[in-house]
Amino acid sequence: MTSAEIRNEILDILSDIAPDEDLSGLEDSKSFREQLELDSMDFLDIVMELRKRHRVQIPEEDYGNLASMSSTVTYLEPKMRDIVAA
Amino acid sequence: MVAGWGAKVLFPAFSPSLLFELNQAMSKLFSDRTSQLPDDQRIVMTGVGLTSPNGNNLEDYRAALLAGRSGVRNYNIRYVGDTHAGVCDFEAVKYQSKRDMRRGTRAGTIGIWSAREAIGRSGLDWQNVDKSRVGIYIGITEHGNVETENEIYSISQFNYDTTVWSHHHNPRTVANNPAGEIALNMGITGPHYTIGAACAAGNAGIIQGVQMLRLHECDLAIAGGVSESIHTFGIFASFKSQGALASNADPTKASRPFDKNRNGIVVAEGGCLYILERLSDAKARSANILAEIVSYAINTDATDFVLPNPERQAQCVRLALQRGGVTPEQVDIVSTHATGTTSGDNQETDALRQVFCGSGGGGKTRFNNTKSFIGHTMGAAGALELAGNLPSFEDRVCHATINVDNLDEQCALDGLVINQPQELERVDYILNNSFGMLGINSVLLVRRFA
Repeated sequence: MTSAEIRNEILDILSDIAPDEDLSGLEDSKSFREQLELDSMDFLDIVMELRKRHRVQIPEEDYGNLASMSSTVTYLEPKMRDIVAA
Repeated sequence: MVAGWGAKVLFPAFSPSLLFELNQAMSKLFSDRTSQLPDDQRIVMTGVGLTSPNGNNLEDYRAALLAGRSGVRNYNIRYVGDTHAGVCDFEAVKYQSKRDMRRGTRAGTIGIWSAREAIGRSGLDWQNVDKSRVGIYIGITEHGNVETENEIYSISQFNYDTTVWSHHHNPRTVANNPAGEIALNMGITGPHYTIGAACAAGNAGIIQGVQMLRLHECDLAIAGGVSESIHTFGIFASFKSQGALASNADPTKASRPFDKNRNGIVVAEGGCLYILERLSDAKARSANILAEIVSYAINTDATDFVLPNPERQAQCVRLALQRGGVTPEQVDIVSTHATGTTSGDNQETDALRQVFCGSGGGGKTRFNNTKSFIGHTMGAAGALELAGNLPSFEDRVCHATINVDNLDEQCALDGLVINQPQELERVDYILNNSFGMLGINSVLLVRRFA
């Protein structure tokens, strides 16, 4: 997956987790928490969906990398590089 | 019995205030024990919110019951396949975000809808109600099966890898979930819990609310029952294995208590919650009172896991009547529990015959059944079936039991209202039966408030 494809995948996961939110204006550099009503259970949902969809494992000590879209994409790039986008 | 004649009927030209005074005076003529209690021990219903397979508020639901409109439809569920069910269709997003719906359970969503509707219809100034003095008491038949089945199905798609088991499973399946979701949604900080009482749970939830109000554990109770049972294949599969799952070419004919050709239960979802208050509080805010709780009883068969015991059921009915100081002859409508199983319907009619037909009542009491319209709403059944009868206090009509094409002689009860509603001279007392597995019986007796 390319960075753009990973970004789209995260957006798709977010639209499931936070269906009431408008994601069109999401700023990649700002934290998700600043822009969306997400709590720790929601972040666990992101981890779970990546595990289910792509078998990507994210250890607990790395959860901080999921703070914003840009940090998430940067963190996931090496893990998802070899995954072919559906 | 001359007590409780509606002043509106007797003196239509009188002013509202005079009518109120006349009603007050006439209420003293009620001979039941509840009338003798101080107002802070008398519990009244001042609001009701519901969702049923054939209506999402009391008016629509009542209209469907009087029109003979079924809410049962064809339904398909994982593993079991094609069957029938009572399915609710309400605007859940009116009171809950999609995010919270996804995070919670169907029982929670049904509970939130019912509670919000009940508060909205109670006339309460909800913004200024002390939320720490509100109690939530929700009857459930079962809870958690839906989510557990879903998770097992989910991990089955991943070679049973439990690392994909949802972190939402525990908060979704704790037994207090439906009540807790209501509390979260409405900012209620008083006590909240569920009462597990099989299919007697709807009555049990109301009874719990009455008790807590009498103990002054809360000032306002949101009480009744909910069911999400149509979303668990296990309940359908288990009834099918038991030979107790209804089937019919026409789904609206599948639920047919008392009919010779009945062949089982139609599983349904639904919810019905009441606002309960002490009469003193209801009077202080000039609340519209739907009914007064006269008495109740819960007992146990202690004879079988599944098969009911008519002697214990009759004892439960008698206990409720004795506690209320009401005779069988005074009861105008009995809302039966009958589910459409061969033995269950026979046993209940046997129990009712013991209480009502040997008492010299002269056939005054009428018997009906709501499951024939909506199926068995499990934890909601007791509360929902009572609600459909409450308008009888005003319109003096007893809704029918539908789908009785050939009455089973063993269920031929004097006063059974079949297929068409029946007009009555007046309705003062309604007795509501709700029974469940493991031999739990519950009976609630309510009275027109005058």
